[in-house]
Amino acid sequence: MEPVIQTDKLTKRFGQFIACNSLSFAVDKGEIFGFLGANGAGKTTAMRMLCGLLGPSSGKATVAGFDVYTQTEKIKKSIGYMSQKFSLYDDLSVAENIRFYGGIYGMSRPAIRTKTTELLEELGLQKEAKTLVRELPLGWKQKLAFSVSIVHDPQIVFLDEPTGGVDPVTRRQFWDLIYSAADNGVTIFVTTHYMDEAEYCNRVSIMVDGVIAALDSPANLKQQYGAATMEDVFYELARNAKRTSE
Amino acid sequence: MKTLVFLLEKEFRQLLRSKQLIGILLIAPLIQLILLPMAADYSVKNISIAVVDNDHSTTSRKLIEKIVSSGYFRLKGYEDSYKAGLKMVEQDKADLALHIPVHFERDLVRENQKQVFVAINAIEGTKANLGGAYLGSIVTDFNQDIRLEWQVDNPAPTVSVASSNWYNPLLNFKLYMVPAILVTLVTGLVAMQSAFNIVQEKESGTIDQINVTPIKKYIFITGKMIPLMVLGIVLFTMGLLVGWLFYGVVPLGSWWVLYGSLVVYLFSMLGLGFMIATYCGTQQQAMSLSFFFINIFNMMSGVFTAVDSMPGWAQAIVTTFPPSHFIKIMRPVVLKGSGFNDILPEILWMLGLGLVLNAWAVLNYRKTS
Amino acid sequence: MRQLLTGAAFSGSSEGQSSDVHRKRAIFQFALFLGIFIRKEFLHVFRDRKTLLMLFGLPIAQIVLFGFALSNEIKDSRIAVVDYSKDAVTQRLITKIGSSPYFNIQRTLASADQIDAAFKKGDLKMAVTFPAGFGDALIHTGKATMQVIADASDPNQATTITNYLNQIVADFNSELAAGSGQPMTILPSMQMMYNPELRGAPNFVPGVMALVLMLVCTMMTSVAIVREKELGTMEILLVSPFKPVYIIIAKLAPNLLISVVNLFVILFLSSVFLGLPVKGSFLLLVFGSVLFIMTCLSIGLLLSINAQTQQAAMTGSLMGMMLPTMLLTGFLFPIENMPIALQVLSNLVPSRWYFIIVKQVMLKGLGIGAIWRELLILGGMCGLLFTISLRKFKIRLQ
Repeated sequence: MEPVIQTDKLTKRFGQFIACNSLSFAVDKGEIFGFLGANGAGKTTAMRMLCGLLGPSSGKATVAGFDVYTQTEKIKKSIGYMSQKFSLYDDLSVAENIRFYGGIYGMSRPAIRTKTTELLEELGLQKEAKTLVRELPLGWKQKLAFSVSIVHDPQIVFLDEPTGGVDPVTRRQFWDLIYSAADNGVTIFVTTHYMDEAEYCNRVSIMVDGVIAALDSPANLKQQYGAATMEDVFYELARNAKRTSE
Repeated sequence: MKTLVFLLEKEFRQLLRSKQLIGILLIAPLIQLILLPMAADYSVKNISIAVVDNDHSTTSRKLIEKIVSSGYFRLKGYEDSYKAGLKMVEQDKADLALHIPVHFERDLVRENQKQVFVAINAIEGTKANLGGAYLGSIVTDFNQDIRLEWQVDNPAPTVSVASSNWYNPLLNFKLYMVPAILVTLVTGLVAMQSAFNIVQEKESGTIDQINVTPIKKYIFITGKMIPLMVLGIVLFTMGLLVGWLFYGVVPLGSWWVLYGSLVVYLFSMLGLGFMIATYCGTQQQAMSLSFFFINIFNMMSGVFTAVDSMPGWAQAIVTTFPPSHFIKIMRPVVLKGSGFNDILPEILWMLGLGLVLNAWAVLNYRKTS
Repeated sequence: MRQLLTGAAFSGSSEGQSSDVHRKRAIFQFALFLGIFIRKEFLHVFRDRKTLLMLFGLPIAQIVLFGFALSNEIKDSRIAVVDYSKDAVTQRLITKIGSSPYFNIQRTLASADQIDAAFKKGDLKMAVTFPAGFGDALIHTGKATMQVIADASDPNQATTITNYLNQIVADFNSELAAGSGQPMTILPSMQMMYNPELRGAPNFVPGVMALVLMLVCTMMTSVAIVREKELGTMEILLVSPFKPVYIIIAKLAPNLLISVVNLFVILFLSSVFLGLPVKGSFLLLVFGSVLFIMTCLSIGLLLSINAQTQQAAMTGSLMGMMLPTMLLTGFLFPIENMPIALQVLSNLVPSRWYFIIVKQVMLKGLGIGAIWRELLILGGMCGLLFTISLRKFKIRLQ
């Protein structure tokens, strides 16, 4: 299995503060990789480095085979991204948002049209095609944001705390979307602080105070720490964490 | 290039949808364009004068009458003592105080000359200058009158001056101000909006989404620039319409020259707005910074006071202000019909400034921080 | 913060305690809250460097720039001369004009046809033409007429330099007449008061003071309040047991302090660098200024209540206040020149009254007798606006 993301001692410093300390890990193609940790542990910083939004201080990393220092534009062509704020345009409709992002990624107009119909069907938003995003309920916004992030069929999609603020049923539905994307070969790199979502991932890494404290499949981790749920695993690891908020 | 098309589509959609914004941006300025030229009248008229006549002679009365009937002055006080006259100036009730001393008529005949005293409130320079000048010329005229009356020979040769005013023979101050006020309004709109627009994307997070895509920086900025330029052109056109409807201002120069310079000007001001946006994280900061520039531009670009009157160092600073160049284009083109060759230096300046500012913005805007 | 509010506010039952102690405790709690809250507001403001730049940098930069740079003085006006006569008389006149500080003879044009093109280029303000046989006409007939053409696209400038030219010619005429002794000459002796050098600063500095203080106060206040609304933290405050009026006062406090600091800096700069010391009572000036500042803060408050978003607050105060304040305060354009409607409107602009106060106290050195009316008006405006805002604020809570 070819790793699509590979890091070697990836570090980010902000002055004296070390946000990410010597991270080394690899993510395989088609994996759903969960990047867990408490607030302030350094998850978002790590993700931004992999997306080409933030330059690392030291260490190495490649995403989709491209170097994060020198080939950020090539990385951007191969990835999708969904941020905590969803980053959809509030004052554009559902269809308009899809069309815009499709166009930005260089999709042809016919391709965009087809994709739009597909997406609307998949999400069940056919009737809301012309609705402005600001009028959608939160759960639908999230699902739309996710679909938009993969509109151009990228190899990898980065999701930064995608399920904040919705009920468990909606979260479950969201993860169904993630699964179907993974089934199509998209690698999913997702950060979250919902420990139950950790169960849905193939492998999980847990960051504490800027360092990766554990990395394995949920089953192995639970066995290793003698815990019944991922929450307990996390608690074991994070108990002594010094940093508690971003 | 195709991405640019999609960008433009999105920007225009957003622009046309923000009804509230369009209202504030287009209607409020227009109302100001209608009302404010009415206020912006710097011509010096209705100068209030306090007269102190200690002579009470025919001559002194005639002088006063001449002054009052000249149309330049409004008699606000007829006092007994110079002290009282000065007090009126002090209290801002009069701009000038004229003191005709006792024995005015007598000494004029006997000693062949007599002084009259004028105190002028010089806080406001133009008024003081012109007030003094008007009074001076009325006195000179009156002098000639009484010489003729007393049939005193005036053997000396005189040079007289025939003066004419070109381009604005009625000395209509509005003609002078309307093009300039239009410039200030377009300036304010464009600089602020461009800064806001980008900062808004920063604040809402959509800019992260853009940064993560392979969009090139200059395409992104061009995509922002074009809709705002259109907005600026629309505002300008509506302003010209208002200027014509309400004040009869019709540009004498060519439309091509006018709109061509407008586009170059908008290019430079948008560059300023974008440059500001790259330094700001919140809307409040964007507002503060753009307001900082706009205010200085408004006051120092020659809208209300002439750039020529400024000291050398100030004039040098002002050359870096794009509005100062656009005003040097607007007034001549609108009022005198100046052509492309006449204003070429100004266009080059704006182009240069625009290139610098936009390049600054593009370089500063880092997709990767 | 919430704990602090509820804990500090409700301190147990009042049974069995004398009303005196109760009152003292209430005052203490109020002072505590105000202190905490004001501190928070200060932190907001002082942590935002760019806004800070505007709050302090703007007034200072403007006063310095405008005080030194702005002026209505017209000197060294570039003019052209067209001399069809080229005799001793025209030479003399031309030299006389050229040596005046008001004029700068840029060019000699060959013919009057070139005047239009030269004007269009924009660098010449006036053209002086001497017809052929000028000197001869003067000597033989005692009269000669020269032509002066002014570029009147700037009417004031045209009028002023035409007048300067007239004065120079009149002077020339008296030189000619010197031999023959002009009888019955009236000599006006003009004294320029308060500003003998006709500098721009005395007019512009008070005006810019009024403008900048007004804009900074209204804008900053309205935006600060709306921002809190947008963020949702306002609701937490409103839920607290403190009266709305205290919340408002605390919100206004930092801006008040900043404006007062600005005021001092401006006055310092004016007296040291611009040669404009405060001639009258400093305390009186500060009192008037504080009154003005509070009026502006109240306006900002009123604006913030109606605005939904920060952008609306900013655009509203900027677009709605900037140009009207600039034009209706009276320092750029005399109010008495304006149509009656606008004159009436200018009465509503607080900066107009403040401008008068500054001129009278700072420049002319007058006392309260000269400005009591303006002070009353400002006081009235302030009280009225504050009351209206408070009422509207309370309504919003319901």
